[in-house]
Amino acid sequence: MADAEGQVIVGLEVHCQLDTLSKLFCGCSTDYRSDGPNTHVCPICLGLPGAMPALNKKAIEYAMKVAKALNCEIIDEAEFSRKNYFYPDLDKAYQITQYDKPLALGGYLEIESDEGGEKKVRLTRIHVEEDPGRLVHMGNAERGKYSLVDYNRAGIPLIEIVSEPDMRSPKEARKFLNKLRATLEYLSVFDSEKEGSLRVDANISIKGNERVEVKNITSYKGVEKALTFEVTRQKNLIRRSQKIDRETRHYLEARGVTQSARSKEQEHDYRYFPEPDLRPLRVKSWIDGIVLPELPDARRERFIAQYGCSLNHARTLTGELKMANFFEQVVSKDPKGLSTLAATWIADTLIGELNYRDMSLDKVEPAAMTGLVRLVQAGTITDKSGVDVLRVMLDQRLNGEPSETADAIVKRLSLARTTGDTGAITAAIEDAITENPKALEDYRAGKAGALNFLVGQVMKKTRGKADPAELNRMLAEALKNRGV
Amino acid sequence: MAPRTITFEPSDPYNAFLTRCSRAAYGDGPLAGVAVAVKDNISTSGIETTCASKILKGYIPPYDAHVVGLLKSAGAAIAGKTNMDEFGMGTTTENSAFGPTLNPCDTSRVPGGSSGGSAAAVAAGMVRMALGSDTGGSIRCPAAFCGIVGLKPSYGRVSRYGLIAYSNSLEQIGPLGKTVSDVSTLMGVIAGHDRHDSTTYNRPYHHAPDADIKGLKVGIPEEYFGTGVDLGVAGVVRKAIGRLEELGAATFPCSIPSMEYALAAYYVTCTSEASSNLARFDGVRYGPATDWKKSWHDAYKDVRGAAFGMEVRRRIMLGTFALSSGYYGKYYAKAQVARENVRADFNRIFRDVDVIAGPTMPTIAFRLKEKSDPLSMYLADILTVPANLAGIPSISVPCGNSEGMPVGLQIMGRMFEDERVVDVAYAYEQAVN
Repeated sequence: MADAEGQVIVGLEVHCQLDTLSKLFCGCSTDYRSDGPNTHVCPICLGLPGAMPALNKKAIEYAMKVAKALNCEIIDEAEFSRKNYFYPDLDKAYQITQYDKPLALGGYLEIESDEGGEKKVRLTRIHVEEDPGRLVHMGNAERGKYSLVDYNRAGIPLIEIVSEPDMRSPKEARKFLNKLRATLEYLSVFDSEKEGSLRVDANISIKGNERVEVKNITSYKGVEKALTFEVTRQKNLIRRSQKIDRETRHYLEARGVTQSARSKEQEHDYRYFPEPDLRPLRVKSWIDGIVLPELPDARRERFIAQYGCSLNHARTLTGELKMANFFEQVVSKDPKGLSTLAATWIADTLIGELNYRDMSLDKVEPAAMTGLVRLVQAGTITDKSGVDVLRVMLDQRLNGEPSETADAIVKRLSLARTTGDTGAITAAIEDAITENPKALEDYRAGKAGALNFLVGQVMKKTRGKADPAELNRMLAEALKNRGV
Repeated sequence: MAPRTITFEPSDPYNAFLTRCSRAAYGDGPLAGVAVAVKDNISTSGIETTCASKILKGYIPPYDAHVVGLLKSAGAAIAGKTNMDEFGMGTTTENSAFGPTLNPCDTSRVPGGSSGGSAAAVAAGMVRMALGSDTGGSIRCPAAFCGIVGLKPSYGRVSRYGLIAYSNSLEQIGPLGKTVSDVSTLMGVIAGHDRHDSTTYNRPYHHAPDADIKGLKVGIPEEYFGTGVDLGVAGVVRKAIGRLEELGAATFPCSIPSMEYALAAYYVTCTSEASSNLARFDGVRYGPATDWKKSWHDAYKDVRGAAFGMEVRRRIMLGTFALSSGYYGKYYAKAQVARENVRADFNRIFRDVDVIAGPTMPTIAFRLKEKSDPLSMYLADILTVPANLAGIPSISVPCGNSEGMPVGLQIMGRMFEDERVVDVAYAYEQAVN
């Protein structure tokens, strides 16, 4: 179906660092992030005169794994080329990349479309290249004193995945990235948690207008934000009957806006030519030997079939490798009994609580989660108390305090469900009604919210331990006794 | 065993050296105690390596080129770093930022280039052997002009790791010496696969020269005796080829029609690659300090404009132009086609003959400052560049004098048949000595 005038059209160029042990063209370790500047360098990645690149076979294997998973075609004779430009972070004044003969062509990635179904986002190509170094600017943006260069990053293997302009909203772009990240993680070739391991350039246009390239997006959320900003900016221009310039814009992460790049930067002529120090890549035959692991789509379907997860839960749980592994570990002892409840607790509650704390899933042991789900499943605690227990558990782990089991927390805080302990509930109901005459009046007047309010008050007084069904029944009785 | 050392005389009347080691340690091996000079574009750990350029003045590599490591393991003593045309760009060694090298045979003449310092050091007896590099004749030309032997190996037989690149797809490091035996010995030390240079092959050189060339078929390309080739030089070389016939070789006339475009293809290719290779010299890490007050773009321009010599700047400009968008297809891509044609011509000829012989250079050594316009200088490379374009081995061996100056006989062979060109040169050398 042809796009209507005004339709948002997005294509992405995604650069991902491949998680190899050594760099693309030398033996330097890629594990540089916690070390001082210029400590993971050698004549090759420093671009010293006379040094020559020697290709890391593993990086090509990793890139081919990605190509296979994304349904691309490996070309017969791929080639490295030099992209020539001056920039202080580029030690050789050229980047070894691939130009007219990239490793892989075509392919696609399936994402959930805005309309809800699955849609294929076609890929143009995947190529392999080296990361440049990094500039650290001293002083501040307005009055920079000087810049320092750190070449630790120089030569880290990157793949660039270029999509066709098949996305129709910033949200779809975000979904594409999330799905891509999950796929790369499932392939064990990428670590999304490493700072700067992913960078995105986005092409965005409003159908019928010029295309704008937004560079320098370095986070998953940033993609959606930058594109949303651009959609608004471009639509405003159109509304005012102004022309959209075909240009390159930089995304300023801190301010959430895009800014036009100076025109000089757009006039690059990269003078590509084949890298004479490397031989053409004849690796097509390797593809048959590459065995792919279970990928996100397959795992999602398996979660639905094996654990009875809902589509949404399955999608959320398999959307990150760690999350999927975590879920399977949590339910491993008793899949039948725990799956449904665990899926809800992890996908709906745990993820939210982790995000709220900006906390990594790594800090939570699956066994602790199993303990909690078991208590809820057995009816020992209410859902409400379950959330309290979870919060205590997460806070303890976040603050590095001794971690208690769910059982211990329930005991220490006396959170066990008070079934049959009618005395405590009756007292709480009496208190709640006495303290809130207004609610009683409202209830008499037929205001529906009043009952919920009173339920809430009683829950609060029993600290969430009251069995909700029991509470409702007793409250209704108490109100009736008051002649309501 | 305690390390042994050689001490060297400081005098250098021909300005052959840019860095002269006063003493050097040596070890055991096939080159035990042999003094070897190294061209100044080959990285030597701890010894300044400038490519005869101001922009690399003060640059001391933290690592040895692969071949330098091999020299040391073979027991050689590194005698110093030899003068050259800046970054290898020239045919006379006059394009050195540190003054020209003089030809030991006649100090009013150039030693040839760009490995002029290496050739002069060997010719003057300052060292027994030297390493040079040959991008379009830079070993063979000075060997011919100075009356010594020089071999450009097959592309991929000697590691370029540590050779400061001028034109990666054309150049090879190779040996220079007074005799074919010395050249062969040095080749035996430096040849072989290197995992740091992906363009090397696993083709080590284990060879003792053999003077028997009975039944050898020698092709004589008409272009090597045509326009532009000095009659005196052509005469000396024809006589030398006659000696090969006397030794049992048969000669066959042949033609390399693609030579018409060889020089153009060569200069487009080497300047293009050079424009990229030399872009890293920007004043941030090499060369005189940049003016921090200026934008980095302007500062780069200042440093590069001031620190590169005229010929280097000319070739960077030419190469930058040839690779520019819109011109790539017209120049660089076309040059690669022409290069393929040269290769095809050689393959065709080598179906019928074993080697090709002709003069190394069209003339004897020029007088200093004689070649003042670049084009006439470029034309002097016409007989040497075809071997680089095709990647084939080629040796220059002294074959007599013209106007009192040495003349070189050039023998080119099939890809990887370095041993054969060495044998032919050896047969000739043994016959005349």
